[in-house]
Amino acid sequence: MKQRFDVVGKARRRVDGRAKVTGQLRYADDLSMPRMLHAKLLRSPHPHAVIEKIDLERASKHPGVHLVLTGKDFPIPFGIMPVSVDEFPLASERVRYVGDPVAAVIARDEQTAVEALGLIEVKYRELKVIENPEAGLQNPEPRIHDYGEQGNIHRNQAYEFGDVREALEKADLVFDDVFFYEGNTHLPMEQQASLAFIDGEGKLQISSSTQNPHYLHRQLARVLQVPEARIRVLATPNGGGFGGKCDPGGHEFVVSKAALVLGRPVKIGLTREEVFYIHRGRHPVLMKMKTGVTKDGKLAGMHLQTLLDGGGYGSHGPASTFYTGVLTPVTYHYPRFKFEACRVFTNKPACGPKRGHGTPQPRFGQEVQLDKIAEKLEMDPAELRLKNLTKADSLTASWLKVGTTGLRECIEKAVEMSGWKQRRGKLGKGRGLGLACSAYMCGAGVAIYWNKMPHSGVQILLDRSGSATVYCGATEIGQGSDDVLAAIVAEAFGVDTSVVRVVTGDTGITPVDLGSYSSRVTIMAGNAAVQAAERLRAQIAAVVSEALGTLPDRVVFSQGRVFAADTPGPGMTFVEAVHAAEAQLGTLSAVGSYSPPKPPGRYKGAGVGPSPAYSFSACVVEAEVDERTGWIHVPKIWIAHDIGRALNPTLARGQVIGGVYMGLGEALMEEQTFRRLPEKLSGALVHRGPSMLDYKSLTSLDMPEVEVALIEDPDPNCPYGAKEVGQGPLLPVMPAVANAIYDAVGVRIDEIPITPDKVLKALHQKSKGQPGRVGPESFPSVPYPESTFVLPPWEGGDGKETKRDAAVAVV
Amino acid sequence: MNSVRLKLQVNGETNEAVAAGYKTLLEVLREDLGLTGTKHGCELGECGACTVLLDGAPVLSCLVLAVECEGRSVQTIEGLAESWKSGPELHPLQAAFADFGGSQCGYCTPGVIMTAKALLDRNPNPTKQEIKEATAGNLCRCTGYQQIVEAVEGAAAHLRQEKTGEAR
Repeated sequence: MKQRFDVVGKARRRVDGRAKVTGQLRYADDLSMPRMLHAKLLRSPHPHAVIEKIDLERASKHPGVHLVLTGKDFPIPFGIMPVSVDEFPLASERVRYVGDPVAAVIARDEQTAVEALGLIEVKYRELKVIENPEAGLQNPEPRIHDYGEQGNIHRNQAYEFGDVREALEKADLVFDDVFFYEGNTHLPMEQQASLAFIDGEGKLQISSSTQNPHYLHRQLARVLQVPEARIRVLATPNGGGFGGKCDPGGHEFVVSKAALVLGRPVKIGLTREEVFYIHRGRHPVLMKMKTGVTKDGKLAGMHLQTLLDGGGYGSHGPASTFYTGVLTPVTYHYPRFKFEACRVFTNKPACGPKRGHGTPQPRFGQEVQLDKIAEKLEMDPAELRLKNLTKADSLTASWLKVGTTGLRECIEKAVEMSGWKQRRGKLGKGRGLGLACSAYMCGAGVAIYWNKMPHSGVQILLDRSGSATVYCGATEIGQGSDDVLAAIVAEAFGVDTSVVRVVTGDTGITPVDLGSYSSRVTIMAGNAAVQAAERLRAQIAAVVSEALGTLPDRVVFSQGRVFAADTPGPGMTFVEAVHAAEAQLGTLSAVGSYSPPKPPGRYKGAGVGPSPAYSFSACVVEAEVDERTGWIHVPKIWIAHDIGRALNPTLARGQVIGGVYMGLGEALMEEQTFRRLPEKLSGALVHRGPSMLDYKSLTSLDMPEVEVALIEDPDPNCPYGAKEVGQGPLLPVMPAVANAIYDAVGVRIDEIPITPDKVLKALHQKSKGQPGRVGPESFPSVPYPESTFVLPPWEGGDGKETKRDAAVAVV
Repeated sequence: MNSVRLKLQVNGETNEAVAAGYKTLLEVLREDLGLTGTKHGCELGECGACTVLLDGAPVLSCLVLAVECEGRSVQTIEGLAESWKSGPELHPLQAAFADFGGSQCGYCTPGVIMTAKALLDRNPNPTKQEIKEATAGNLCRCTGYQQIVEAVEGAAAHLRQEKTGEAR
């Protein structure tokens, strides 16, 4: 690999930057076609009801209406995960949340479609509403779905790595805390939109704001019973995703079906209110964390229990449930670890993956609890963490392979930048500093559906202008994945990114990439691009080495030139090298693909959590709390992120600050909550405020200055050493805020969001001599299953499930 | 549906359209004039994505009826480069947003840039706080705003330099 880079590591304008600032980039709703019709969806006003009758007569006869669809037109369900195929594009028998789509009108324009929606008469029979997981556990009937573990429990998981009870009994101190993390939503600026039509060959084509065109492709084929070869999905550039556009949406099937029936282009653009109903956002999670430590601050073991409010459908729920546990032991070494997780169906919009997917919730509890442990042990919270870091190239108790780690450097850097040692506890009344850390995956080790094929593929075609066209199924959702591909290919050929054309997210012409989720694109599509580019470069080098009088592996590609390493003088331009190679070899093209390494864990369930690499972050938050009002002001945040290598520092820094922004919003205000309408109005369980006005998010005025340090120690599993940066930096922010508030005014807010009323309540309690704490008081009795027991590597385990008494060593 | 004939001055050109009278400026720009550079994130006046300049002042085009704009000057992102110098060169605000990371997914970008344009037109040397105040009505979910503020500062410095250069 080159030691001096042409492109990698240099701050650059992203390749799609120009189109974005000129307004030329075409998002899904910017598309239109001749003879295009418009679709609108009728959504349920009831959170839980049986559909007894739908009368379409008046709507169908409304002038300008071309088609009305209902659940009867969609007998086959969909679901992003093969174990949770439980959703219909339009509900036919049952609605499960306010906003569940029940009918669609396709009309000449949106206005006509909206008018016709008002003419559809639906007779509902209301059912008992399950408001939250506790209610779901108490009420096995009525079942929201007729599948799942039992009653309204969707998923129930339990894993134990070594005897945790014994570890806690032997520990000097045991901390037992309950935390709650409220749900929140992605709120991408772009509302989902889709345009479907039948192309000249009679095939279905859909352009859609989706993060995962490949999965959508498969689901469309399934639901519409159309062969995959007759469907082409184009992921338009997403105006933000954050996980909200990972699931297929009912609207995507509706416009596709309508296009097939009518033979005309059909478009839909969701309203902002509908985007709140589509949701798939952060699960509300109640957590119980029991952690043992030695007197000198070594972690002995943890027993983690989580309870997830899943909403009305499965979505990514089975994975989300795992993620409330599995990444916990990646940041710190727990000799023994047990986690039990339960996801319950409720009559609310389905929860799913949001930036950090299932991990921010336990990270919050874990990192706040560490703060409590440090206080009790009278240790510096940074020191406590440094004492317990996982080591490079080690295994966790749960058999996850930790490769490179820069967490020590991250903590040291955040401590240094923030003046932690000099300033903590010394900022005066009402001001404090809090620290927290995290780790995150660089792509999931297993695909969402079981298959042995690569996770990402790239094809590169060189043309006689010296331009490279890169084809890849990856989806640009704003994170900069197109730029990553361009940078990697440009670096391999030693050319400027301006001669690299990137074609992505098109199932008709690009090799499969699984999608923009789990922080996988830089690593997986990037590695595939490296392989393709290196193959192509080798072809060219073999041809030109003779003319250059050197060996193929001594040919250098740099600054638009190709030359011999020993005699850089003569050489030729890259374009000349391409011409020479094409003359000898014919058309120049190569493919590359990437599959993640096989994970070491071999127990059932070991597929969730492994990753080719993990990123690490450490964050310090400064907080000011007004003790009269409870108002929280965050003047500054320092964050260090172990990125391996920043391919484009401008974008990497932007991802870090953006993650901090979203984390701070979750910490202080973002919440997707529900309320009951008055009984006389229906008593329905409705969204508290499905609008951007009611759903509070930070504005430019609320955002503090963020000082970013990128810790670069290239990871051998990653392209040019680059790890993820899209999700990790969000994770430590919420607990760092909570810890800063404790440092400022001495109250513990053990739930997210941390709002002024909670701070005031805790301060009031404290002033009366009670514990100054606001948070959940108890954890309900959850019927978790018997744990899958696996011995940790250091207790003689082999990564497989074993009997509990098989332990050969003690802690 | 009562259609009306509209004559709008958009980016210095007269555009005619026949559109329903209830249509907003946003809808006419996007649907009738094909100017999809102006985005929408709520159509309720909450997000700022649809900001355009009406007689030089930033307005939320989702809250303005197109019929109200007859005879008034409308400026959108598509006309920004031209308002600077003719040809394909980017306006310094556009260049700075692209170079400083002020645009990630890009969806809020046209609205923020138009808001920033109005700010710099009346205040060529704004402080960070003034930039934040001016753009507080433009929600962005990607950037955390910091690189937006840096981009506006960068563009302002560039514009001031150009102006000094011209004066010489």
